[in-house]
Amino acid sequence: MQAAAVSVPIEHSLLLASLLFAIGLFGVMARRNTVFILMSLELMLNAVALAFIAAGAHWQQTDGQIMFLLILTLAGAEVAVALALVLHSYRQHHSVDIDHLSDMRG
Amino acid sequence: MTNWIVWVPFLPLISAAILLLHPLLSSKVWPERVASTLACMVLVVGFLITVLVAVQLSAEGMNHYSVELAQWFSTGRFSVTFGFYIDALTLVMMFIITGVGALIHWFSSAYMTNDDGYTRYFAYLNLFVSAMLILVMADSLLLLYLGWEGVGLCSCLLIGFWYQDSRNGYAARKAFVVTRIGDTAMAIGLLLLFVHLGSLDIQLTMKNAVALWQQNDGWATLCALLLLGGAVGKSAQLPLQTWLPDAMAGPTPVSALIHAATMVTAGVYLIARTHVLFELSTIVMATVAAIGAMTALIAACSALVQTDIKRILAYSTMSQIGYMFYALGVGAWSVGIFHLMTHAFFKALLFLTAGLLITSLHHQQNIFHMGGLRQRMPVAFWSFIVGCSALAAVPMTSGFFSKEAILLKAYEAGGVDILWLMAVTAAFITSVYSFRIIFVVFAGDYTQSDEVQEKKAVALQWPLFILCALALMGGWLEPQLSTVFEPQPSVTLPGADTAEAEHLLLGIVLTAITLLGILIAYRIWGKGRARQMSQTLRPLQRWWFDGWGFDKLYDLLLVRPLLRLCYWNRFDIIDTVFTLLAEVSHFLHRQFSLTQNGSLRWYAVATAAGAALILLIMVLL
Repeated sequence: MQAAAVSVPIEHSLLLASLLFAIGLFGVMARRNTVFILMSLELMLNAVALAFIAAGAHWQQTDGQIMFLLILTLAGAEVAVALALVLHSYRQHHSVDIDHLSDMRG
Repeated sequence: MTNWIVWVPFLPLISAAILLLHPLLSSKVWPERVASTLACMVLVVGFLITVLVAVQLSAEGMNHYSVELAQWFSTGRFSVTFGFYIDALTLVMMFIITGVGALIHWFSSAYMTNDDGYTRYFAYLNLFVSAMLILVMADSLLLLYLGWEGVGLCSCLLIGFWYQDSRNGYAARKAFVVTRIGDTAMAIGLLLLFVHLGSLDIQLTMKNAVALWQQNDGWATLCALLLLGGAVGKSAQLPLQTWLPDAMAGPTPVSALIHAATMVTAGVYLIARTHVLFELSTIVMATVAAIGAMTALIAACSALVQTDIKRILAYSTMSQIGYMFYALGVGAWSVGIFHLMTHAFFKALLFLTAGLLITSLHHQQNIFHMGGLRQRMPVAFWSFIVGCSALAAVPMTSGFFSKEAILLKAYEAGGVDILWLMAVTAAFITSVYSFRIIFVVFAGDYTQSDEVQEKKAVALQWPLFILCALALMGGWLEPQLSTVFEPQPSVTLPGADTAEAEHLLLGIVLTAITLLGILIAYRIWGKGRARQMSQTLRPLQRWWFDGWGFDKLYDLLLVRPLLRLCYWNRFDIIDTVFTLLAEVSHFLHRQFSLTQNGSLRWYAVATAAGAALILLIMVLL
């Protein structure tokens, strides 16, 4: 017996994804704490992943879920490297303020 | 034996090198005697070698002798050898350069004593002699040009010898730049000769020129004109004569050696050396004669009103070289060289005597501040009498023979024409201004307050005695140059006896003119002081005094416009294009480097904005 499929309209999930993406982007642009920036980045990645899932569900295709898995892996790898960098830069500069890391200015 | 001739130019060169570099060899400053002895001895040795070679050549009956030392350079079909070509013309020039040069060196050894630059002076002088010898001995026009530029350099160095005074430096630069105008013309002429005749060897070039070009060929005319340009610049003839009076800023013996006896006659030598080329063009020959006669007259007029004794002699030199050019222009080659030789004797004598006067009078050069020096300065007085007599062509002096020969040859060539009359007028004015010097400087009573005594050094007097003898007897030393210039197609219209009669008549006319000039000079200046110049003649006098306004004219036509152009262009207009290019890229660089501020959040904003922009564009389009 199949439960009646609760179909979420794609517009809703895309709206949510855009909202999450915008929040993440705002976080990347506005926050100065490197850790929070990383979290915002994760949020943006997840927003994109949600959009893939929604699109996959809408067109009944597995590609969306495959892309989601890839993004998940990517996010994991990225966080591992990025957190190591943050840790290292904290040891060097005793700060996690991104604005202090401006030695490369032209 | 004859090979020794190559040492004649090289000995002074070595001596100059030693004198210039001796601070490297020994820490002590050499005493003056060492420097002057070395400098004089190389010239005496050179003179003796020249005599020996001349004797040997005439004993063996050789017309010319050439020696090749080395290949200078060779590229493509252009090859230049470093070689010397000795013939009678070269020997005459070598006798003058080494002989008169040695006397002037000897005189300088006393004249320049106690000068700070004593060694430097003799080094320059030796370098000059070396370059001048290379000029006259060269077998190719390019080697001649090397010597030509060498003497120009030494002339500039010696005019500006007392460089602490900025006016001397100005005179030196003026001489250098003005002669450079002529030299440029000459360099172009040499290139044209090479392009058309395929060689720069003088004898070969002349042979090829006759073979290739017809009489009055356009290219021959052009080449001869360009060479004439070089000669005019070096010999201070119209219109490039303005540097010579200012060149008197140098030490007086330098004026004697460079600006009277040798360097300024290089133009005459050049024309005589390439006479085959000049004969190919009637127009150029006429130009040479016209330039010579006009310069002779104009410079004589200027000499008449000068007050500085050296400037009088400078204008007189210009005038006499004008005579030489006139002789060359009418095809009287050997007579022109004869006048070159006698002029070297008496003008060197006059300049050295002026040097004796100047050094005895504590560097007073204005003749109107001298006066009445006959008793006090007997050597200078008699030397001046001899020198001025030769200059004014008093009979039996050397100048009489050469000047009369020029006028005779010119008369045979063209009769009584306007140029001939100009030359005769110049001869008249010459005798007036020569004896003007004598009367103003020596006649009357001594009026100046300070006591003066003639310097009695041997080196200041003996060169004068020898030059006096040469100025008197030089007329019998007429060089035999027929082997160089070949029998010309002379216009032998009148018979031999009429030529003899003309010869006599002309001699009488010239004597009369000279004596008349002396008489007039006596009437005006004979009482020891000048009569008041009438008011109407004042502007004329000032005009002639300024050398006929040529300096002002060139200043107005060339120097000022050039300076104004330089002023306008002081920020280098052409260069602004390129500076602008650099400025623009620098500006852009600064703008773009603002974006690289090192703030990661700024980059994130920029990336997001860029992405939004691209999205917007994609949506809208």
